[in-house]
Parts: sequence; structure tokens; C-alpha cells
Amino acid sequence: MSGPLSVVLRFSHATEMLVALLVGFGFGFVLERAGFGRADRLAAIFYGRDFRVMRVMFTAIVTAMLGLYFFDLVGFLPLASIGVLDTYLWPHFLGGLLLGAGFIIGGYCPGTSVVAAVSGKIDAVLFMFGIAVGSGVFTLAWDDLAPLANSSARGRLLLQDLFGVPSGIMVFAVTLFAVGAFVLVARIEAAVRKAYPVQPAATPGPKAEGTSPLATEATTP
Amino acid sequence: MKTPRPLWNPYAAGVALGLVLLASFVLTGRGLGASGAYKHVEAAVLHAANPTWTEENANVAAFFSEPRRSSLDDWIVWLTLGSALGGAVAVFTGRRFKVETVYGPRSSLEVRFALAVLGGVLSGFAAQLARGCTSGQGLTGGAQLSVGSWVFLFSVFGGAYGLAWFVRRQWI
Repeated sequence: MSGPLSVVLRFSHATEMLVALLVGFGFGFVLERAGFGRADRLAAIFYGRDFRVMRVMFTAIVTAMLGLYFFDLVGFLPLASIGVLDTYLWPHFLGGLLLGAGFIIGGYCPGTSVVAAVSGKIDAVLFMFGIAVGSGVFTLAWDDLAPLANSSARGRLLLQDLFGVPSGIMVFAVTLFAVGAFVLVARIEAAVRKAYPVQPAATPGPKAEGTSPLATEATTP
Repeated sequence: MKTPRPLWNPYAAGVALGLVLLASFVLTGRGLGASGAYKHVEAAVLHAANPTWTEENANVAAFFSEPRRSSLDDWIVWLTLGSALGGAVAVFTGRRFKVETVYGPRSSLEVRFALAVLGGVLSGFAAQLARGCTSGQGLTGGAQLSVGSWVFLFSVFGGAYGLAWFVRRQWI
């Protein structure tokens, strides 16, 4: 095989859409089981209480990266045969800052809000509505935004190109970085728990809606 | 009431998520995503309002290049429908489904509603600027080791940590 299955087997449009639906099913299922269907659990990472989100995220990146670069190495799925994302430095930097702002203000990101909405979270439905509006504003203002959105384009630029090292070294370095991050956040959690002990049972909140799952799950590794 | 089943261990969930992403690369050559689906929806609404303008808007023109097919009949829309379906199956089998609004003990429903919409608007705009969201840019490009995706990941964390103190009353 020398490329994605959809290319090698020449999937019809219908087949490709069915595959997308199935992949999406797996995506949504895992996100829910990972605990991404609640805003307060997602926000907890930004208060040092529970880094679950980061653990899931970095483990997923490392897992997929190891698989992807292994498949590239053995020629099963050459990196050149898939859609590698291009780099636009300023748009990625500014878009990231804004998305982070939206995350802490609204409690979700576009993918997690879908899973939270089907979990019955009304705030997630409102967040989804907001995303469509924000996206629409961007489309409406495209003529003015295009210069910024297309600026600082670097094409296909990978970390190993930037640092001038073989891809194997870069894969190893990113894996080490993730492991280091896991060790670090465990220490932060312990410190935060010591400094600000969460009283789960003592303050259940006046309303059931306000109760946080963090109190009971803060001890998850 | 039945008690919810426990969540997966985060590292196990991470491996599972990584394998879904890898499967997506192998099967379709594309990663995961979500924000693109919202873009298709808003583009379809704009198209209904003003077809000519929308078809000439370079931001979304490509969605309407195949006139025999609905602009919503697209990979990312199907993927997101699948995510909703998968999430629903997971939440019901995990006994976690509950109609509620989530916020911290020091916030109020009105504030939470307003901030949820505001956060969504910012995210929708941001995902277009960054050409993807946490999944389409962060996860997908992160695993590919794309420089832009890593810049994006770090600035998502930076933006959220930078503002966390100001909105703390909503969450803790």
C-alpha cells in the first residue's frame, strides 16, 4: 500500500462519507469516555486541579505520531500521501490565543461541545450556536481578513525541518516532552490540592446544577 | 437513579483517541476535526440567503464547486454527525446523560449562558483563523509534527491560562 485506503481502493463518495461517519463515531465515543462532555471538567486544567484533558490530548498525539511515523518508515503510509497541515505562523498563533480564550470563557472547544451537547448540556448547545455565528462572521469579513489569514505562510513545515534533526529524533523528543509534562502536571496537581483543598462533601453547592465533578475526581491519576 | 459508570483512565483514553486518529489517516488520509462542520453549516445558511455572494466568497467558494451535491454532503459534516452519534451512545451506555447547565458554585445561570455564547463566537472565529480547532489543527497537525499546529497548541494553552484568572468565578 502506498497511501490512504480511500485513494488506493478508490472509494466512491458514498463510501468515503460512510467511513467518515464511522471514524467520527469512534471519535465522539472516546471523547465522551475520556470525560470531555462537561465544561467544568475541561476547565479544571486551567486551575491546576485536574490535568485529565492534557493527559488524554498528549497521549493521543504521541500514539498517533508513533503510528504515523512508523507507517511512513515502513512505506505503508508515506507522510507525503496524506494531508499534512501547512504552517501559517501568525494565524496559528493568534487563532490559538483566541481559541484558548473561547475555551476558558465558554468551557468547550468545537469538538467537545458536540459531545457535551448530546450529553444533555445546555451550555454546550449555546456554545455550538456561538461557533456557527463566529464562523459566519469570519466568512462575512473574509475580504478584510484574508491578508491576515494568509500571512506568514510557511507551507509544509515540520518540527524536524525546523530543528534540522532526523524525524526519528524528533518523534523521540516529542515523546519525552509528553512524559515530562505528565510528571510535571502530577506535581502541580498535588501542590494545588495541598494549597486549595477541595471540599467535595462540605460544599455541594446550593443547586444541583452547580456541583462540580472535580471534587470527586481530582484524585484520578 | 443508576450511578454513572467511571470514566476511562486518561492515558487509556488517550491511546484510544490516538488510534482513532491513526485509523482516520490510514482510511481517508485526513485527520479528525469539528470546526469545519460549523463552517459548512454557516456557509449553507449564507448560501440560502445569497447564493451568488456566497459562491463568490473565496472563504467558502470551494464548498459549492459541486453543484449536483449539497454543500453539507462533506467529509467533515459526516464525521461530526458520527461524533454526535458516538458521543450519544457513550453517554447513554455510561449512564451519564443528564439535561443540565454546567458551572461553578459561584456563578449563575444567566452569566453561564452569556459566556457560553461569547466563548462559542470567539472559538468559531478563531478556528477559521487557525484553519482548524483543537482536533483539526491541534490533534491532527500535532501528531504530524506540523510546526503551525504546535504553535497553535501552545497558544491555546497560553490564551486559556492567560484569561483563567478573570473568569475563575464561573468555574471554581
